[in-house]
Amino acid sequence: MSKKLHIQKLRRVYVWELPVRMYHWLNVLVLIALVVTGFYMSNPLAILSKKEAVNSYTMGWFRYIHFAAAYLFFFNFLFRLYWGFTGNKYANWKQFIPISRRFLKEMWIVFKIDILMMKGKNGKSEHLSVGHNAMAGFIYFLTFIVFLIQCLTGFGLYAPMASWWFPKLFAWVPAVFGGDILTRVIHHWAMWFFILFAIVHVYLVFYHDYIEGRGEISSMGGGWKFIEDDVFEKNKHTTPNPESAK
Amino acid sequence: MINDASVLKQPTYYEEVERKGYSRRDFMKFVSMITAFMGLEKSAIGQVAKALETKPRIPVIWLHFQECTCCSESFIRSSHPIVADILLDKISLDYTETLMAASGTQAEEALKNTMTKYKGQYILCVEGSVPLAADGVYCMIGGKTSIQILEEAAEGAAAIIAWGSCASNGCVQSAKPNPTKATPIHKLVSGKPVIKVPGCPPIGEVMAGVIVHYLAFGKIPELDRLGRPKAFYSKRVHDSCYRRPFYDAGLFVETFDDENAKKGYCLYKVGCKGPSTYNACGVMKWNNGTSYPIQSGHPCIGCSEENYWDNGRMYERASAFPGFGIEANADTLGKIALGATAVAIAGHAIATNIGKHTTIHNLEEEGKESEHELNV
Repeated sequence: MSKKLHIQKLRRVYVWELPVRMYHWLNVLVLIALVVTGFYMSNPLAILSKKEAVNSYTMGWFRYIHFAAAYLFFFNFLFRLYWGFTGNKYANWKQFIPISRRFLKEMWIVFKIDILMMKGKNGKSEHLSVGHNAMAGFIYFLTFIVFLIQCLTGFGLYAPMASWWFPKLFAWVPAVFGGDILTRVIHHWAMWFFILFAIVHVYLVFYHDYIEGRGEISSMGGGWKFIEDDVFEKNKHTTPNPESAK
Repeated sequence: MINDASVLKQPTYYEEVERKGYSRRDFMKFVSMITAFMGLEKSAIGQVAKALETKPRIPVIWLHFQECTCCSESFIRSSHPIVADILLDKISLDYTETLMAASGTQAEEALKNTMTKYKGQYILCVEGSVPLAADGVYCMIGGKTSIQILEEAAEGAAAIIAWGSCASNGCVQSAKPNPTKATPIHKLVSGKPVIKVPGCPPIGEVMAGVIVHYLAFGKIPELDRLGRPKAFYSKRVHDSCYRRPFYDAGLFVETFDDENAKKGYCLYKVGCKGPSTYNACGVMKWNNGTSYPIQSGHPCIGCSEENYWDNGRMYERASAFPGFGIEANADTLGKIALGATAVAIAGHAIATNIGKHTTIHNLEEEGKESEHELNV
């Protein structure tokens, strides 16, 4: 080791508020339920049973869980959209939509350092991200679009058998795609996005925790991330949303 | 919609029925049956009977383009003989290529006469899709392309009925790559109500029901978002399937020759499209209510749904993904993507440990130093 060992003082930052954490973990549970039941519904297991059909309700239960989970998913999603306007700055909708030059520039930096493994400013091999980094924010924006696609196609397919007015609001969706067949196919394809997203997402959380040591993994538990004191002091006054320092 | 004054010279339907030798009782049986099929309440029986007794018959032009005539075949086999004898015989006598006696110039003359004499009053029934490629030469009758014939006939029509999947959504001719650019009727005419009656073929009673509804009430039946009569297309084949309990129980036929097939389990896993197909097969059935595909052990192929030829394979639930291999399904591609992601992640993890070695090392040293300094 050439450089002198520098012991960091870390400063605790409350990044993910309780509603954000609850949204996140409810989403995890509900998505697992949706994917598992969805796979079963698209290709059910071969069950050999001596029971009369009237005594079992396997497919029925899988579908019931899928629909119940879909409602939870939808309203959880709506809540998160609402929280994008009322939550703290790390939960704000501006964290997700690349509209400013700064956002795009940060995405480029994340790409260079995390994907291309290039060195950043001052030869550093990591970048500062207290909340989402810009790249992650943009990917979450894409997931929100896929959320929307799943809600539209899912409730669209559900509408004809629904008796409540709410799912019936989506009855126009299959008509746009010319019928249920294509709508179902889109619903099935889009599911794969969640699976791939979840894997990459979990990996990257571990990755950031590993190379940054700022408590990336535990942040979704307690809500805290830790940043170096000197970094905190340097960024304190130039933060664009100063009202967060209440 | 129907101008009674100018079609008065025509006999009424009941007069035709009597002339054909049917009894009053036969007539009332037909009326009750067709009213029930249309999904109307009992009180409507009187209305339908009265309409058929008093209203003069409406002239019908029935055009055949790119099709196989299975719609006509289905229609003339609908369960009550009056349907074929009166509705088709009398109705479409004006012009229908496959059933009229006249041919050549005489037939064209008859078509022209009906179009001019009953302008704005006749029903135009179209069976088959219209090819648009190469200026429409793929389907020509009497020296005219089908699009020309359709446009001329549609102009004076009171309403247009698109019989079958060809006319409603293109069917097999419009499957990829659609060499003749076969186009369904609703994309070619504007300003006229188009009733889609999809199916390959549609059920004969459904066809009769649509026509009788127009005759009896002088307006087209209530349509859904895709332009199909709600009375017949608002439920999925799945919802009225007698094998549905097996579906809910999770009991499926795995192959056509297995024990489950003999037990009559659900055909979902051998590709049944019943859950995404809107039609009345499970209720009305075919051939005088004898049976329908699922009852005879074959999965529904979704023949009344748009693009059913291109939207997946007939004997699989899996959704085909064109352009990858011959036909990869979404799950195969998903698994490949999953594998690729795993490889990419492994690669990234290795690259991180090499490329960011110093950072990781420093963090570890820092942590170890704290560990040394601690007593507890």
